[in-house]
This record gives sequence, structure tokens and C-alpha cells, in this order.
Amino acid sequence: MPGRESPLQSETPQGTLDMLVLRVLVMGPAHGHTIAHAIERGSDDVLQIEHGSLYPALHRLEDRGWIASFWGTSENNRKAKYYRLTPTGKKQLAAHTTRWQEIVRAIDRILNPSTE
Amino acid sequence: MSWRRFFRRAFWDRDRAEELRSYIDIETDENIARGMPPEEARRAAYIKLGNTNRIREEIYRMNTISPLDTLARDLRLALRGIRRRPGFTLAVVLTVALGIGANTAIFGVVDGVLIKPLPYPNAGELVSIKQVAPGLNTSELRISPTQYFTYRDEGRVFQQIGLYGDGGTTITGIGEPEQARALFVTYDVLQALGVQPQLGRIFNEADAKPGASAVRPVMLTHAYWQRRFGGDRSVVGKRLIADSMPAEVIGVMPEGFRFLDMKPAAEVILPITFDRSRLAIGNFGFWSLARLKPGFTIADANADIARMLPIWLKAWPTPPNSAGPPGFEKWRITPSVRPLKDEVVGGVGDMLWVLMATIGMVLLIACANVANLMLVRSESRRQEFAVRTALGARRRDIAREVLVESVVLSLIGGALGVAIAYAGITLVVATAPATLPRVEDISFDPRVVAFAVVLSLFSSMLFGALPALKHAAQHGASIVSSARGASTSRERQRTRNTLVVVQVALALVLLVASGLMIRTFVALLNVAPGFAAGADVQTARVWLPFQLVAEPERVTRMQQEILDKVAALPGVKAAAFASAVPLEGPIRVALTPVFIDGKDYASGTTPPLRRMKFVSPGYFGAIGTRMIAGRDITWNDIYGRAQVALVSENFAREVWGSPDAALGHRIRESAPSSADLWRDIVGVVENVHEDALYQAAPPFVYWPVMMEHFNGAPLFAMRPVNFVIRSDQAGRESLLNGVRNAVWSVNSNMPVFLTRTMKDLYDDSMARTSFALVMLGIAAAMALALGVIGIYGVIAYVVAQRSREMGIRLALGAAPAGLRRMFVRQGLTLTAIGAVVGLVTAIALSQWMSSLLFGVEPLDPVTYAVVLTVLGLAAAAASYLPARRAADVDPVETLKNE
Repeated sequence: MPGRESPLQSETPQGTLDMLVLRVLVMGPAHGHTIAHAIERGSDDVLQIEHGSLYPALHRLEDRGWIASFWGTSENNRKAKYYRLTPTGKKQLAAHTTRWQEIVRAIDRILNPSTE
Repeated sequence: MSWRRFFRRAFWDRDRAEELRSYIDIETDENIARGMPPEEARRAAYIKLGNTNRIREEIYRMNTISPLDTLARDLRLALRGIRRRPGFTLAVVLTVALGIGANTAIFGVVDGVLIKPLPYPNAGELVSIKQVAPGLNTSELRISPTQYFTYRDEGRVFQQIGLYGDGGTTITGIGEPEQARALFVTYDVLQALGVQPQLGRIFNEADAKPGASAVRPVMLTHAYWQRRFGGDRSVVGKRLIADSMPAEVIGVMPEGFRFLDMKPAAEVILPITFDRSRLAIGNFGFWSLARLKPGFTIADANADIARMLPIWLKAWPTPPNSAGPPGFEKWRITPSVRPLKDEVVGGVGDMLWVLMATIGMVLLIACANVANLMLVRSESRRQEFAVRTALGARRRDIAREVLVESVVLSLIGGALGVAIAYAGITLVVATAPATLPRVEDISFDPRVVAFAVVLSLFSSMLFGALPALKHAAQHGASIVSSARGASTSRERQRTRNTLVVVQVALALVLLVASGLMIRTFVALLNVAPGFAAGADVQTARVWLPFQLVAEPERVTRMQQEILDKVAALPGVKAAAFASAVPLEGPIRVALTPVFIDGKDYASGTTPPLRRMKFVSPGYFGAIGTRMIAGRDITWNDIYGRAQVALVSENFAREVWGSPDAALGHRIRESAPSSADLWRDIVGVVENVHEDALYQAAPPFVYWPVMMEHFNGAPLFAMRPVNFVIRSDQAGRESLLNGVRNAVWSVNSNMPVFLTRTMKDLYDDSMARTSFALVMLGIAAAMALALGVIGIYGVIAYVVAQRSREMGIRLALGAAPAGLRRMFVRQGLTLTAIGAVVGLVTAIALSQWMSSLLFGVEPLDPVTYAVVLTVLGLAAAAASYLPARRAADVDPVETLKNE
């Protein structure tokens, strides 16, 4: 049975969620809960994500070696798994961001030809 | 996804579950902080997170290598199925094991003999050099020393080129005199092979200078060093006498060293040296091998030699009794360079490939049988498959499962087959005919096992694909509804029938092949060899080298003295000697041009080469060759220097039309311009199959063992001769001791060697055919058995399927005999179709066998008739047995079961 795409992935281009996760981690290590809320808040709640869908993404990123994890204690003293950006992850974020901006510019040019 | 994760996915799953729990805890805390009641807070946290099980599943799948997972499951299922049906499993595994075992064993032989490189470094660079001379009426001409020097000096493609020959040498000075098997080589032969000595050194260029030293260098092989010197490591530098000349041991070859396929193996290696200043064109008596420079091909070598032939002809003097350079030009010498391996393997390749092909057919038949078994078995599992399809299994899944089961069965069969192959290869090595080259290179090694594995997988695809495809083509719903129904799928029956037709066809091909071999064998047994091949004819070789006795007449007189003593031994009925006895092989082939008196020879032409042999009086009587016309040579002829000769019947017929007509005509062995003499033909003898029973009897000239003015010599005597002794004691030590004592009483330095009976030689000559016969016989018997089982199986299955119908028919009054006939007819129809297909195939393939056949046409009608009869009878029996059961059906029982 092929798994259904999580809501965020189905509405945004492939890899967007990965990029957002990496972007959040630039500020420093964070656990899943923080990351989910940070993405929501950072987008002024435009990107509503089902928080569970974050975890396969985290797993995939860790598997690729873009982020690393460690168990720590949360602000309110709960045991939590923290993620931090690896050097590879930083490079990937830069590359993805550039690429993303190119795409956005390209789409923008098509949608608003008059501005050129 | 990664392997690390794959093997630790349970750990990761626990880890993620904990992480998700942590999320819930934190979110709940925050919700409470926002003022929610605890219960509500936790519920909201779960909603926010989503379905945790689905998240875990998604992560788990990321960690999965899914084909591996399904494979493990299929394997478990297959093994369970195999354990549950021991009878079926045993039938399949045994059939596959026999097929794969036989094929793997033959592959081991083919690999060792034909495929593996020769055991020398970079063996691909090694070539043998021969030449053909169409103008000489000979298919093969060996190399002259003069050619060796020209090729060595002028050649552009050879790293090394050398001449070699084999024979024997009398070793004295270290105990009893002994004839050691000797390999004679120019210094560069061992260098070309790239072999290293175990002790001392190999020959070098300094050894090649004639007269460089009064003491000849000699090398020992490992076995001889062990036997005669007890493995003494200080043997290098020791002296011995080889052919009455002092020799010094310079080195010992390592244990594994073998020179090409020299049989019996060499014991000592002696250098061949030439005095270049005294050489003339001629003496085409040497074998030659060379190592090509890297990057050069056989074609390059042929071109290079073709370029050098005119240079060679200009560079060397021609012998006095020849027709000069124009004469040699008329020979039309053409180089024939071949890979050295081809030279070693010789003609045995044909036989091995035919065997490999026939045994391969047995495997195909075995696979057809197993495919039939699998089809029948899957028939009984239709309901199971139907239910599983209905429950959502994809057809692909079921097909894959069937295929995995085939692979597992085949690998088990293959493992057993490897054991059979091991036994088979051991047996072949132990019983291989002397004519099978490179037996030492046949071994049970990883290549053989790898072949068995590949063959197992291939076989499983052959017999697993059909059932798997059938399942892929099924439709779940229709099967569930018809699962219990009596209607047999016509299509399935058609598949099984096709398999049986294929089996019968292949079995017929193999039966024809083995039938032709049997006919060949019988034809060979019926060949009148022209000599007595019995166990009562003893042969023994004695050599009087020049160094021992220089004077030719003395040689012949000593030989006669020995002969008289041998003839006086108790139980000896007849004795004589000759330069060779029949069936001794290519080593004794001697050729001479024969000029015929009365024929006009244009200056510079050489008549066709003829086989020749030197015989003592009484030789033909002792060896059992009939006198057709005229008389035998007498001792008076020999000592009276009478110019006489005998010829074979086919020679006489070819030249003069009849044996009687040949008497009184004159022949000579060199041009009439030379000093040699004409010889009168005084007798004509029966044709002799001198080379092999399956080769035509060559036309022969027989000279006396001593003659005046022969081949440029004022008086010639044949020095190495085979004694031929008729006695009931032949082959026993008592007679051989008597012969040795007779020889040693004349001269104590002469060894007696090559003591064989004519029956030994005869059996060796038959060995190739009997080996092929036994192997083909086994293959054909297996094919027939498997084919018969196939027919039986199909008819039995049809009978079982239609037992209800039979019950009804019987109840309605059908005659049992008629029902039986119906089934037998069905079996015979299949056989007939298979036989037609097989006949066409056999006719197409049998030409391929013709090199193995003798005295029988590839399309021999008797063979085909007998094979068809045997196959028909076997098929009738195989159909009748199950058909009888059909008529035995109790109508009440069958109908009650409905």
C-alpha cells in the first residue's frame, strides 16, 4: 500500500519541507515540536502542517546526513530528541535556497509579465 | 534507506515511537499552560500530531529493502512447501541432480581439456608450427632444422622458436641399463614455455653449440630424479651415460612440469644441437613450437613464415639426391601455425563437444519432466492460489513464489548434482582412455561448482517459468468458481503434451547418436586390421645406438642373434622384428618418396610420399599379415645384399592394377640420378590399418632391415626395432625375463622397453570409440528413461482426470479394452509427433557426429529403424500401464464419489 502524501508535501513542491526544516535548524539545535511550531509561526500560520508529517522528513534528512540528532531535555524538563544541522546540511540548505529563489523568480516572471 | 538502518529497523522504530511520545508530552504541557484541562490538552496534542501509526509505518518502510523482504518470505514459503511434499520434492531433486550432475561432470572434463589454458605462463602466446605441402600428397609436414634457423634469425613475430622431438635414451652408469623416456629440445623450447627449473638451470644458448663440451648437458624431470636419485639435492653436476655418451645433470624440473601432452611422460630432457655448416634442406622430422611477441596473431605468424619460405630456400644447400630448389618449390609448402593448445588437444575436441551437447539434451529432457511435475502439482494448488488471489495477492506475487520454489528445488538438486559431478570427474580421470589429452588438467575446482550453480539457476528458470506464467495468466474469480469442477483446462493439457513431445524428440536424437556409436563400434570390431590383435602377440623394443655398435651389418647380425635366442625360448611359436608395429602412433610414422621404374619423372619433381617400414624375414608371419602374392624377404636376401622390397596390396593395385602385376617391378626411394639403387618387388602383403582401426590402411613400402645404398648411405641398418613374439606366455614376466636375458646376453648395455601386447595397442586404439560409446550410452539410457516417465506421467494424469467419465462410459457398457486403446492411442500419438520432430533434428545434427563415426553413414537406416522401434515399444508400454487403470475403474465407486 503506497503511503499517502502528508498534507504539506502534497501542496508544496517536493523537498520544500526539507528546506524549511533545515532553515529552522540554522538558528541552532531544536526538537521536533519546536521545529513544527517554528515553521508554522515563521510563515505567519500560512503553512499549516500536520505535525506528524515532520517526523518522516526528519528521519530522511538524518539518513542523508544533513542533520544529526541527540537526546536532550526540553525547556520544560521533558526528554526530547534534538536535531542540529551538519556541515553537509548547511551546504544543501544554501543550494536549495538558491534554487528555490530561482524558481520563484521564474514563476513570478510568468505570472506578472508586466513587471519586467 | 541504508543497510545499516535495514538491520537496525526495530531499534529505529522504538526510537521514533519515543520521540513521538515526547512530542505529545511537550504539546500537552503547552496546551495545559494555555489553560486546557489535562484530558483535553492531551487529545488536542494527538490531533495536532496526526496518526502516529502511519508515521511509524512510513519511517519503517523507508528503512526497508523491499525485494529482500519479500524474498525472505517466499523462501520460507518454498521451504515449507518442500518439506510438506517429500515425494514430489524427491522426484524433482533427483531428476535435477542427475541432469546437473552429468552436465557438470562433462563440463569439468571439457573445461580441463579444451577451455583452460595450458599450464605455462601467458599460454595464449604459444603456438605450434607445422606446414602443409599439397605438392607432396601429405597433409602435414614437420619442420626441418634449416627452417628453424631461418625462422629464428629472420622471424619478426617470435620471441622464441624451438624444435623438439620425443623418443628414448639408454641411460647407463647409474645402475641397471634403462631406456628412459626422453624429450629432445633445442635450447629455446623450455625458454619459450617460460618454465623454471626446481634445481640447477635450464638449457641456454651455449648448450646449443655443437661440440662445445664433450659432456652433454641433461635435465631430469621430478619423477625420474625421485626414482633414480632418491630426490638427492646434490644431483646437479652428477655424471651419467646417455646413449653411450657422457652427460652431466644440469637441472631438475619441478614436480608439476609436463611437456605438452607427451605420453608416456618425459624422464630426461636432452638438448638437440645442429652443426649449421653441415645442414642441408631436408629432414622434416621435428615438431616446432614458438612464443609470439605480445600483440601478434596466428595470422601474423603465418604471414611471417610465408615471407621467410623463399628466403629459406635460397639460403640453404639442397641435399645431393634431391631435385634441388625447383623440386622443393613444387612441394608448395604452406605454413600452418596453430595455437599450441589445439596441437595438444588434437581431435578429441569433436568428441567432447558432441558429448557435452548430448548430455545437455538430457538436462533439457529432465527439465521438461520437472516442468510437467510442477504443472501437475500447481494443478492441485489451484484452489489455494485462487483463494489468495481473491484475498488480494497479486498474480505477480504468486508467480514469483512459484519461481522461488523452483529455484530452491533446483539449487538443492544442483548441490546433489555437484556431488554426482565430483564422483563422475573422479571416475573419468581414473578411467580416461590414454588418448584423452590433458587428463592432469581435469579437476573438480570452483569453476566446476560455479558452472553447477549457474546451470541450476538456468534449469529452474526452464522448469519454473511455465508454471509461473500459467499462474500469472489465471483469473482469480473464475478459478474459485471452477476450482472443484471436473473440467480440465485444455490449455494446460496442451502444455503438458508439448513437453512430452519435446522429451520424445530429444530422446530420439540421443538414441540415434548412441545407436550410431554402437554401429561404429561393431564396424570397428569387424575391421580386418591386417594383423593379429590378440593377447598372444608380445612386442618389445630394442635399440642398438651408433655409439654401441657402429658397423651396420654388425647391428643386423646382433639383432638376428637376439632373435634366434628369443625364438628358442619355451612356448615361442614365431618371432621377428621390424622398425615399428601397427598402432604405435604418429611417433613411428616414416615417409619416403617412392620412384617407380618406367614412370617418367620430369626433372625436379618428387613423387608422392609413401609410408615405409623396415622388416626382418618372418615379420609378416609373426604379426599375422597375410602374403597376397610373391614371397617374403629372406636372411639370404639381406646378407647377400639383394635389392628387394615388398609393397602393400593397395599400393600394388594403385600403381600396377593388381598384386600379381606388381611382382618384378622396380622401385627406389631417391631420384634415379642418385647413387641409390632400384629394388625389385618380390612380394605383396595384405593392407594393414597401421594408424588406427578407424583410419584407412595407408599404402606401404616394406624394406629389408639392412640395405645397400639407401638414402645416401652405402650400407644402412635399422637400429631401433620392435621384436614381435608369438607365445601363449605373452604379457607375462616369464617371457619378458627370457627376452631381456636374450638381449643382455648379446650386449648388457641394451635396455628392453615398450613391452606391450598387440591387444594393449588394439584396446588403446578402440578407446576413443568405447569411451564415446559408454558416455553416449549412459546419456541415451537416461533420456529414454526420462522420456518414458514423461509419457507415463501424462497418460496417468489424463486417466486420473477422466476417471469419472470412464466410470460413466463403463456403466453405459463401454468395453474396457476399447477404453485402454483410447489412452494408449493418445500416448502413441504424442510419441509419433515427438518422433517426427526428433527425426528431423537427428538428421540435421547427425552430420555433426560424422567425425566420430566409422563404417556407418550418419543417416544409417538400420539405426533409425531400431531406435524408432525401441521408442515406440517403450512409449506403448508407458501408456498401457496407466491406461489399464482406466479400464479397472469401478463405475459404482466413481459415480458414488460425485
